[in-house]
Amino acid sequence: MDLTGLLFWIIAIILVGSALLVVGLRNIVHSALALIVLFAMAAGIYLLLNAEFIAIVQILIYAGAVTILVLFALMLTRTSNLGGSSNPNNKQWWLAAIISTLVGAAIIFAATLSQYSTAQGGSGTAYGTTSACTLPTNNVTYIGQLLYSPTCYSYVLPFEIASLVLLVAIVGAIVVGRED
Amino acid sequence: MGLTLNHFLVLGALLFCIGLYGALAKRNAIAVLMGIEIMLNAVNVTMVGFSFFNKVKPYSTYLTGQIFAIFIITVAAAEAAVALAMIISIYRKRSTVDVGEINMMKW
Repeated sequence: MDLTGLLFWIIAIILVGSALLVVGLRNIVHSALALIVLFAMAAGIYLLLNAEFIAIVQILIYAGAVTILVLFALMLTRTSNLGGSSNPNNKQWWLAAIISTLVGAAIIFAATLSQYSTAQGGSGTAYGTTSACTLPTNNVTYIGQLLYSPTCYSYVLPFEIASLVLLVAIVGAIVVGRED
Repeated sequence: MGLTLNHFLVLGALLFCIGLYGALAKRNAIAVLMGIEIMLNAVNVTMVGFSFFNKVKPYSTYLTGQIFAIFIITVAAAEAAVALAMIISIYRKRSTVDVGEINMMKW
């Protein structure tokens, strides 16, 4: 087994294990700490897939910002009225286990074994127009060109709409969370 | 044995169903939110895997999967901020984060 395969199996095992810890631990602060491990290992998966920019963004936004938000929300709320543990299951947890197992089995069947699975396709038919711009080989430079460039093939309009979504979300969070 | 797309698809599916279990089975609203974050990460792993193994020409040239993952990360950050503001606001009014007790919109 080559180095990439070995790294993939190590990262995948830590990833699934920390996900199980997030849903399984009794103390919710420990769950939030396991969430940090999960986000960092997902960044490792992105590095294996040659997506350096997304790996760095994952570390910055998920392991940095989102986890800090979750920890702040945990500190601002008290969970003593939830019973013994601060991260309890509800009464229908067995139903949730059955449903999630069925959904996971269906996704795995559809992705790998089914005759319509995308993994067995990939005919590689070329269509569409090619851009006149030169394509950068650096991943970060290329994604920058794909997001911002006004002349080449790029995703400028979705990018601007995403900034609008962020603005609305920030204003909405302030309005909802305001103390009045 | 090299890595194929199936490895990443199965990894994403496993993460997705663990996150689905967390979102369905937990009583603490913040734990439900953490389950949703795991599900969004599973989708991101699948998207970046598709982007790496894709051979269809315009989508592989323009990294469509990675761009999708970037927008998913953006929307997930906005969703986390709004959801945590709502949880804190509900906690201030009802002094509980139990999703079983937040039933003021139920009839």
